[in-house]
Amino acid sequence: MKRRTQSSGSALSGKLIRRPIQRMFPIFLLPTVAAFCIGFIYPFFKGVYLSFCKFTTTSNAKWIGIGNYIKAFSDASFMHAFKFTALVAVVSLLVINLLAFAVAYALTRGIKGSNTFRTVFFMPNLIGGIVLGYIWSMIYGGILSRYGTSIVLNTAYGYWGLIILMAWQQIGYMMIIYIAGLQAVPGDLIEAAKIDGANGWHVLRHITIPTIMPAITICTFLTLTNSFKLFDQNLVLNGGQPFVFMADGTVIRSTEMLALNIYNTFYLNANSRGIGQAKAVLFFVLVATIALIQFTATRRKEMQQ
Amino acid sequence: MKRERIRKSILTGFFIVICIIYLMPVFTVLMNSFKTNSSINTDTFAFPTAETFTGTDNYVNGINVGEYPFIKSALYSLLITVSSAALILVCTSMSAWYISRVNSLFARIVYYLCVFSMVVPFQMVMFTLAKTANTLHLDTPYTIPIIYLGFGAGLAVFMFAGFLKGIPLEIEEAAAIDGCGPIRTFFLIVFPMLKPVLISVGVLEIMWIWNDYLLPYLVLDRTKYKTIPIHIQYLQGSYGHVDLGAVMALIVISIAPIVVFYLSAQKYIIKGVVEGAVKG
Repeated sequence: MKRRTQSSGSALSGKLIRRPIQRMFPIFLLPTVAAFCIGFIYPFFKGVYLSFCKFTTTSNAKWIGIGNYIKAFSDASFMHAFKFTALVAVVSLLVINLLAFAVAYALTRGIKGSNTFRTVFFMPNLIGGIVLGYIWSMIYGGILSRYGTSIVLNTAYGYWGLIILMAWQQIGYMMIIYIAGLQAVPGDLIEAAKIDGANGWHVLRHITIPTIMPAITICTFLTLTNSFKLFDQNLVLNGGQPFVFMADGTVIRSTEMLALNIYNTFYLNANSRGIGQAKAVLFFVLVATIALIQFTATRRKEMQQ
Repeated sequence: MKRERIRKSILTGFFIVICIIYLMPVFTVLMNSFKTNSSINTDTFAFPTAETFTGTDNYVNGINVGEYPFIKSALYSLLITVSSAALILVCTSMSAWYISRVNSLFARIVYYLCVFSMVVPFQMVMFTLAKTANTLHLDTPYTIPIIYLGFGAGLAVFMFAGFLKGIPLEIEEAAAIDGCGPIRTFFLIVFPMLKPVLISVGVLEIMWIWNDYLLPYLVLDRTKYKTIPIHIQYLQGSYGHVDLGAVMALIVISIAPIVVFYLSAQKYIIKGVVEGAVKG
């Protein structure tokens, strides 16, 4: 953005373009900025402040320092949710990306019906989390009831249930990104390599994968953040069940992921809202860190090219 | 060459099978929406038979079940989605133009705050946002677009600003020389040029808002207003006996417009949905 103004920073364009627009500030920028303050800026900073307070509602907040953070870290259910989420994230990352890449690879071989297949694979992406959760809880119910069990009775079923659901939802999406990457792989380079005696594996390993590295980076981080932010599906599919009751009275909701854990801390017990807000800040730091790593990773790639 | 063709045919056949399996969940819902409740539980994957077929009963029940009419939820969903998306498109494209053309310190701060907001998960602000919306009486379907504009501005501003960087200034300069003020320049010249991004952002926002559950759930006054996802979640959650058939019917009703929308504007939808993430 900086470069743009420098190149156009002549007095003429300043007079013609910049200043007249600047005078229109109340029309052009103000509405968005006002809404942005209501919908993001104020809630964000108020949220950071409240994470250091004891409160049940925003008006009765009392500053207590880092107590909420200490409680959040010593909360067994939060730690469990973190581990469970990480486990979901890693496995779904592998499953989704491997399958999406395989599908994208096959669908760029020029087979008949490729476009129809793409349409089908992408479709689940448009269905919302709540509806998606109900569709799959019906499917799992139909299968598991034959064996006299249910997805809410077994942590492992809940875990794999979430993975399958996420794979179904996201494979098509990642496939589209991989297809775009694969179409950019230069055909003559592959041709030349084949003449030099490279087989299919060699081409894939030394030409295709290096060229689509940016797509791989994007998809890896997307699947990762999607898993960390997963809420609706988790809420509907099993709501964290089965629950494990510990001796000290804490409840571990064994299939509860981070976002749902934060939600439950807020709304199951009004007295733990401060802890909930502290967890939310930690959650934000985690998600933002992942985004930052992605940003630097893609930046470095771009510099190398 | 012949072997290659056979291989391709086998691959096509393989993908036909995979796609059928892939569509199975949606198909099962459709099938079950015409079956009796007991058979949905016991024979989830069976076609409706003479005894289990219920005709359109589930649809009639689904629309009438509960004290809150489904049609109201559907209309609120539609109202919120359309008005929020429209508001976001108009306001953020104007702001992005202001930001990229004025480029003052304030404009730059707004821009970087927008970029920053894209990495903040909703849970971080959900409690304070809901309270703020309540205090300011933004908790109705008519005012919630302001909340959506606020929380969704980041990505939209980012995408518009990215596109505007590539538009040569000369066109706008020529318009200004011919006596066009900023408002006319924007709406007559810049806005039409934004068409590809407008479509992408529009699709992205529509899909997000139509499917969104937690934000309207926390912000709206739920006794008076529901959206489709909230309605479906309530059916399942608040009644001891769940009318599964009715839920299936409502799921079909809520997916149908998305599928029609998707099949009619597939190219734009895929492009829009993917672009948002790739750039963000």
